[in-house]
Amino acid sequence: MLIKSQDNGFNHLVASEITPQAIYTRRRELLKGAAAWAAGAGLASWTAREAFADSAWGSRLGKLAALNTQASKVEGALTMEKVTPYKDASGYNNFYEFGTDKSDPAANAHTLKTSPWTVEVEGLIKKPGKFALEDLLKLSPLEERIYRLRCVEGWSMVIPWIGYSLSELIRKVEPLGSAKYVEFISLADPKTMPFVGSRILDWPYAEGLRLDEAMHPLTLLTFGMYGEVLPNQSGAPVRAVVPWKYGFKSGKSIVKIRFVEKQPGTAWNKAAANEYGFYSNVNPTVDHPRWSQATERRIGEDGLFAKKRKTLMFNGYEAQVGQLYAGMDLKKYY
Amino acid sequence: MRVMLNRWLSSAVAKPVWFVVSVLPVAWLVWGAVADQLGANPAEALVRATGDWTLRALCIVLAVTPLRTVSGVTGLARMRRMAGLFVYFYASLHLLAYAWFDMGFELPDIAKDIAKRPFILVGFSAFVLLTPLALTSFNRAIKAIGARRWQVLHRAAYCVAGLAILHFFWMRAGKNNFAEVAVYAAVLSVLLGWRLLRRLQQS
Repeated sequence: MLIKSQDNGFNHLVASEITPQAIYTRRRELLKGAAAWAAGAGLASWTAREAFADSAWGSRLGKLAALNTQASKVEGALTMEKVTPYKDASGYNNFYEFGTDKSDPAANAHTLKTSPWTVEVEGLIKKPGKFALEDLLKLSPLEERIYRLRCVEGWSMVIPWIGYSLSELIRKVEPLGSAKYVEFISLADPKTMPFVGSRILDWPYAEGLRLDEAMHPLTLLTFGMYGEVLPNQSGAPVRAVVPWKYGFKSGKSIVKIRFVEKQPGTAWNKAAANEYGFYSNVNPTVDHPRWSQATERRIGEDGLFAKKRKTLMFNGYEAQVGQLYAGMDLKKYY
Repeated sequence: MRVMLNRWLSSAVAKPVWFVVSVLPVAWLVWGAVADQLGANPAEALVRATGDWTLRALCIVLAVTPLRTVSGVTGLARMRRMAGLFVYFYASLHLLAYAWFDMGFELPDIAKDIAKRPFILVGFSAFVLLTPLALTSFNRAIKAIGARRWQVLHRAAYCVAGLAILHFFWMRAGKNNFAEVAVYAAVLSVLLGWRLLRRLQQS
């Protein structure tokens, strides 16, 4: 029995079949232009977005506020792989504050109040302070980055994120020489997050990076995806994205960023240290104690009977980030 | 009520109806796979659903005797063998789904995986232990090995229940997410506890 998904038209065996982004974007511009000519400028952006929503990235787009972006010039920031349909990227999530089943966050996260929102930046920096979300959005031009996302559970997606390099913010707050690590604290509001209070994790969700990892241009302070602001279940209104690490390293719905001297405790490491290390770099040669990390299933693309694809070292970003770990034993520092 | 139930259970339609009901989950899963209704990760959904149904079938077959004794609906006994075979049926589907969707039918990889990962080993052991029970589920087999020995052999089902729960528990252990495991463990504990209690009362 051959089971075809509706996305078979997007399975490209060779790179030459993929529409280059420039042409893809030009098509969208043409569409916009045609709409403007036909219906007047006011309707144009709406029409373009609807057409856009119905096309490549799938349905359910166009309901959230759009964000203006420029293409990123950061090396490795724009994979040409087929983007995961929006309905999968927004409907299959781990966000344990809203439930442990991957369909729970999409069902429950509507209670999250994302406005007003402030991010407190504190610790070993010269300029600590509270940033309103509006100010963060204006701190640097927003870029679109198309990253692979590899979950520690053995599945992967390709997601067009919107944000800017976290280093832009870090430079603004001027870390002291003693700052070695950056800690990200997520919101833990039992009133709006039904699973905060369960004993699954030690809330609030906390994650951390070494300062040089946080400064790497690929590390993204993220406000949107698929041309729009983040849906709540994906970590609205602001989250981190660290594409060469397993997904759980990228804290969601961040309320505090702290610069510290010692390696901070992180949520999953505290819950099961033998399974989730501090570094958690995507690494096909270091297995999770209960499953292999050598392969992964690409969500929404590979058919049911397709073989899983091979996981790439550092999720395919080795050329960009490999030097951060030169000389380190990645079996020990997993 | 009891009389009516007993009369219905001994009628000719009872077994076919029980069979159809038992097949419904798999029919629903096949429809889901064909209609692309299994969510973003259909392979994972199939592996998990077949595992869930194996556990449910196990609870059902182990509930037959306590229910029969407590309610006096003796006709339930006629359904026990089929219920037991459905445990094996869903366990086989679960193993097949794992071997196919997770491992791409690469037999050496599967062998390595079973040896390497304790929770897979436990699940696989439960399946292996179920196999002789399924193979000896017809009347001539009972005669051939003798009713008493057959009964002892089929007590391995209790062992299978323990292994299945351990398998599920281990699978969920990394994420400290035991709510569902607890439900199955509670049901199976009640069913096995009831037997233990009766044994103690009789001796």
